[in-house]
Amino acid sequence: MITKRRLVRLKNILMLLLLFVMTGCSKNYIVLDPKGPVGHAELRLIILSTILIAIVCVPVILLMLYIVYRYRDTPDNNAPYAPNWESSRLLEIIWWGVPIIIVAILGYHTTKGIYGLVKPPTTDKTPITIQVTSLDWKWLFQYPDQNIATVNHVRIPTGVPVQFVLTSDAPMNSFWVPQLGGQEYTMPGMAMRLWLQADHPGKYFGTGANFSGEGFAHMRFPVIAESQADFNQWVKKVKKTAPPMTQSEYEAIKNPGLIDQRTYSSYPPNSFVETLMKNGHHHTERRNENHDVPSTGTP
Amino acid sequence: MQTQHFFIVGDPLILGADISIILVSAAIIFVLTYFKKWGWLWREWLTTVDHKKIGIMYFISALLMLFRGGVDALLMRLQLMFPNMNLLESEHYNEIFTTHGTIMILFMAMPLIFAMFNIAVPLQIGARDVAYPFLNAVSFWLFFFGALLLNLSFVIGGSPNASWWGYPPLSELTFNPGPGENFYILSIQISGIGSIATGINFLITILKMRAPGMRLMDMPLFTWSVLSSCIVIIAAFPVLTVALFLLFMDRFAGAHFFTMTHGGDPMMYVNLFWMWGHPEVYIVVLPAFGIFSEVVSVFSKKVIFGYTSMVVSLLLISVYAYFTWVHHFFTMGAGADVNTFFSISTMLIAIPTGVKVFNWLLTMYRGRIRMTEPMLWTLGFIVCFVVGGATGVMLSVAPADYQYHNSYFVVAHFHNVLIGGTVFGMFAGMTYWWPKIFGFKLNPTLGKWAFWLWNIGFYVCFMPQYALGFMGMTRRIYTYPDDMGWTPYNVVSTIGAFIMALGFVFQVWQIVYSAKRMDRDVTGDPWDGHTLEWSTTSPAPYYNFAVIPKVEGRDAFWKEKKKRSQPDYKPEKRELKPIHFPKNSGIPFIMGVCFFIAGFGLTFHWVWLGVIGLIGVAATLYARSFQYDTEYVIPVEEIKKTEAALGRDI
Repeated sequence: MITKRRLVRLKNILMLLLLFVMTGCSKNYIVLDPKGPVGHAELRLIILSTILIAIVCVPVILLMLYIVYRYRDTPDNNAPYAPNWESSRLLEIIWWGVPIIIVAILGYHTTKGIYGLVKPPTTDKTPITIQVTSLDWKWLFQYPDQNIATVNHVRIPTGVPVQFVLTSDAPMNSFWVPQLGGQEYTMPGMAMRLWLQADHPGKYFGTGANFSGEGFAHMRFPVIAESQADFNQWVKKVKKTAPPMTQSEYEAIKNPGLIDQRTYSSYPPNSFVETLMKNGHHHTERRNENHDVPSTGTP
Repeated sequence: MQTQHFFIVGDPLILGADISIILVSAAIIFVLTYFKKWGWLWREWLTTVDHKKIGIMYFISALLMLFRGGVDALLMRLQLMFPNMNLLESEHYNEIFTTHGTIMILFMAMPLIFAMFNIAVPLQIGARDVAYPFLNAVSFWLFFFGALLLNLSFVIGGSPNASWWGYPPLSELTFNPGPGENFYILSIQISGIGSIATGINFLITILKMRAPGMRLMDMPLFTWSVLSSCIVIIAAFPVLTVALFLLFMDRFAGAHFFTMTHGGDPMMYVNLFWMWGHPEVYIVVLPAFGIFSEVVSVFSKKVIFGYTSMVVSLLLISVYAYFTWVHHFFTMGAGADVNTFFSISTMLIAIPTGVKVFNWLLTMYRGRIRMTEPMLWTLGFIVCFVVGGATGVMLSVAPADYQYHNSYFVVAHFHNVLIGGTVFGMFAGMTYWWPKIFGFKLNPTLGKWAFWLWNIGFYVCFMPQYALGFMGMTRRIYTYPDDMGWTPYNVVSTIGAFIMALGFVFQVWQIVYSAKRMDRDVTGDPWDGHTLEWSTTSPAPYYNFAVIPKVEGRDAFWKEKKKRSQPDYKPEKRELKPIHFPKNSGIPFIMGVCFFIAGFGLTFHWVWLGVIGLIGVAATLYARSFQYDTEYVIPVEEIKKTEAALGRDI
């Protein structure tokens, strides 16, 4: 028999374990610690889906353990035995019904989430655009409005929706900043859009997520979010102090290999669109919210 | 090509493998020659068309591939155990994870399910062989030589390194000029032909070869699951064949189907690959569902609960399987409408799958559960698969998937369903049908050790990987920095992988030990089985049944046994008739060799060798087309003698 005291002790142990996991969470579980609206929206769905499946899965496993114990094949087991019992309309309706209801609830929230994420996370601020090109094996970021470029690091203002326009001038990769939100692929000849936004200043982990060859494991980049004023300050400083990126410099960066972070005060005009065109964009005339040719300015 | 590029000798690990391959081959040749076993090998195995022997060959090959893929896994886990490890270089790691995935799916899981198809289906439906025994042998040898070709890449030419997806443009000539990707494409093509043939063969076998009286809705659930799996094979594998053929045209003939320029579109490959790739998961897991249904029913001493529901859900899954492929790339910008459709369609799969789990539980409910080894694997499966299915539903939520995609969360999920589902399922099947095939039971004590090691090892290995996914660790990285907090989880995960490896060692020990020590099964029915395979002797004679059984309803043999135990039971007079039986043939083996030669030649762009191989293939087809004398008759006398030797009087 399980006494009340044992139950209390069990509860205490569980609470301690939970506390242990939660404190572990805060720092390293970056997906569960979003710093912007997109990440938050995705976290809500992660939590909702976890709860909904737990409602089914935990009882199923407990039920299994109970059945295995209750109906074990020992001579002194006096549990009922019904070898020819093979159907029960009521139970089968429940088995089919419960999952259908759960899928309906989850499906509704999923649909809402999917359509929500193709829009800018906030509408009261003018968004900025950053064009992202994955290369072997580094990340190139171009700011069409500011006409500056960076390699392997990117800065964004806080509280402002950022539209990342993604392509690749190398094998496919995937652009992922877990604390800001989920990833989107970079694919040659295509320009795909990903809305992200940081609400808190900080340095966030960004990484290439899709295997792209030898140097793939090293394709990490910090995302630095800072106030609009600090961001403007930084842009000004880059304009003044950093070297320009010439066409030959771009070709040099494009060569397969690893390089450190770089910053440029300008880049060849239209180079992003040229990269797209060179890799076959004109062949794929898809026009929807994810696939149109980006203008060089803000949309 | 220079010799050192042709024979890979630079790496000490590979050099070690080279030497051990040479030594093992020499040892095999020596043993066969010393004991004068070459003739035996040719007559009994290489030329056989007996489904049981083909099943055993599939099984042995699958275990060897499990070992090879498992060693790959251990190497990867060692490299990832600590940050900045130097055990493997990037390119070597990339080759290893690519071959791990390719081998485990195509050259381990596939032959393992085919082993169970071959071992159990004809016996379960009361047939003497499959519909096309010759084609069955062709299928096996194409698989075998496909697997050989892929494994050869390790020591000759270099392994593929663009992941088991082989997404272009990474797998195109521009980024991948070596022969590795050709090995990948051609080995899968060759074994793929065999897989499609197996799908057709078993579909026809099940539809046309059932014992008299067995209606479709009387079939054992394993047979139903094989039927569903075959439907998926026939519809899905040709898509892979086409995708890989187009990729090969790009690489071999300078075409531009999937290139970045000249109108190519890599996205097309991604779609084609997963139009096969997702159904493939169901191809390998449906037969496992079938095995669990058999095992749960037999070891609960009950009929299966909700038979009709079980059949409907099998068929529903095999149809749904085609409508979920985009969930492998929600993050490729398909647009909100498409992602919504595929999110919901993926969630829907959970419904029939969930129903199956409930029905297994209700089959145990009010039964008498015997904790035998097959039953243990089944219970282990239910827990593991419920967890894997749950994370599968989590992954189907597209916006959440943007965070999980390509992370260790996904790695943990699919190992959860593939190890928990397919591998545990096949182990259940292996321990269940072992006495039927080999005539003795496997030692249960060693089996329980293997079970617990596999199960504990599994959770220790893969639960931390879910956590790593939430910590932002992406898959396919060969090294990682020490500032992300990933280290302790990776250490634990690696320990888990080695616990599973220990489980495998116990299984090998179990097989070797049982072959020497376990008593022969003289009853033919060691588990008190329900279905026809238990009505014949263990091992079954080569013609399976001296007299084809007559079937009335489900669980035919269980009912028959009940009838026999009645006091007024009078055994029916069974009349023996001569049996028409297919002759052995060396052509399937030779055809496999020719395909291998062609594949090897084309891999290195040696067109002349490719042509020689393909001419050989054509010649074997030609020779077979004009073979008329392919059957012989087993006289009644011989049947009587065989039955008497197996301890049954007629």
